[in-house]
Amino acid sequence: MSLIKDRTAIVGVGTTRFGEMYRDLDPERTPYGLVAEAFKEALEDSGLAKEQIDGLICHRIPSYQRMADVLGIRHPRIVYSFEGQGRMSGVSTLTAVMAVATGQANVVACVYGNVGRSAGAKYGGETETASTRIYDTMYGMTSPGAYVAMMYRRYQHVYGVPDGALAPVAISNRKNAARNPNAVMRTPITYDQYMASRYIVEPLRLFDYCLINDGAVVMIITSAERARDLKKPPAYVAGMASCTDLTNFYTSRDIFETASRDVAERLYRDAGLGPTDVDCAQIYDNFTPTVLFSLENFGYCPRGEAWQWVKDGRIEREGELPVNTAGGHTSESYMQGWALQVEAVRQVRGEAQARQVPNCHVAHYICVSPIVTSYILHDQP
Amino acid sequence: MPPYEKPLPVLTALNRPYFEATKRGELRLQTCSQCGHVRFPESTHCPRCLSPEAVWTIMSGRGRVWSFIVMHQKYFRSFASDLPYNCALVQLEEGPLMMSTIVDTPAASIHCDMPVTVVFEQATEDITLPKFRPAST
Repeated sequence: MSLIKDRTAIVGVGTTRFGEMYRDLDPERTPYGLVAEAFKEALEDSGLAKEQIDGLICHRIPSYQRMADVLGIRHPRIVYSFEGQGRMSGVSTLTAVMAVATGQANVVACVYGNVGRSAGAKYGGETETASTRIYDTMYGMTSPGAYVAMMYRRYQHVYGVPDGALAPVAISNRKNAARNPNAVMRTPITYDQYMASRYIVEPLRLFDYCLINDGAVVMIITSAERARDLKKPPAYVAGMASCTDLTNFYTSRDIFETASRDVAERLYRDAGLGPTDVDCAQIYDNFTPTVLFSLENFGYCPRGEAWQWVKDGRIEREGELPVNTAGGHTSESYMQGWALQVEAVRQVRGEAQARQVPNCHVAHYICVSPIVTSYILHDQP
Repeated sequence: MPPYEKPLPVLTALNRPYFEATKRGELRLQTCSQCGHVRFPESTHCPRCLSPEAVWTIMSGRGRVWSFIVMHQKYFRSFASDLPYNCALVQLEEGPLMMSTIVDTPAASIHCDMPVTVVFEQATEDITLPKFRPAST
């Protein structure tokens, strides 16, 4: 019997105003104040009192102790702190779900804060720190996007994928962001604009890349039982799993297929739900190829075919599988997975306003990276 | 010669044999004394059998381009005048994947699975970098 299935729910979400803050840089900004704003909103959204929070999971926060002190959460029963890699967002949620499912905590707040834009984060170059990374940087190889570009080039070679095949993903994200007042980049782009955008790391162009912006996101997770009495309709966690692909490179030689298949199989079995049941997917899109890899690895379409599958509006809001309905990392906000998770909750609750997917009961979050995580939310257990 | 400003490793007891070999024009990687597994980058233990014993054996220098990118973004000031430049993941005949640069050919002619052979380019007195060029047919 599953220890995860429908035992927990996401009951509160809060975010900062991504678009406004993009135009307002502040080199003295810290994540603590941003998180406090998002935390207030998430608490309000959940209807819970701050005193009920007994678990704190920090992601990309320099000090969990400072964070707890700022939020006035003095005696959380569990506390974890994850480093500022996007892959850790799903790890944070999984940790919270496990903590609640096993009774180690009753109400867990996952808090994430990012001041990368104000701090001038570049995600490449001199900031690379891993000791073996010198074997890459001495050739000028750097930045996560470059390692994804390496996989995408291989993918193109193996499956005969032409230039421009990523455009539908970038265009759809931007189209969705246009309906999201909180998004950073809201002006739609055309195929020609996409093709004319400069290369960052060829074969990837500017519009294939995530944004760099400041912000914070907070999600509150509690037991399904407690969730039923709260303010908003619960987003029940139907299933969740993770598996990894840890080598010397971000680049995975099987494009994370082995790890993803392991996750997908256990997730779908546990949840009793699969791709045909999903009403919208929120897919970690640090770079647009990751969306193609995710759709294939999680069984939405056969290997090597996602670049054709995403054409003709299939992943747009009105399509068969709406993907990244708030605009994703390339258009809404680069909250390293968190804004996507919040969007999954809002879609399942039916509160996504102008971008709401009609009759959305099941949402799927996927992060394909050296740590693959995925879960399914639904409105009825 | 102007000073070399691109990123370079700090030599340690663990990695020195690699760079002493490249300086002599040899590509040597650690081969596990117990199970024969060839590994890169260097480490204290064999990731297959966890033996701490290894010898630095000479590689064939032959491999294939698993994939490659062309860098357009200026992440490193020291590479600014090289832009755009290629980086390739080369799979050695002996198994390991290595990052490198493909030389002696324009970027437009590089392709996945292209056979390549190692060449050596001196960076500083101590450090010589292995690079790869298209294998002669």
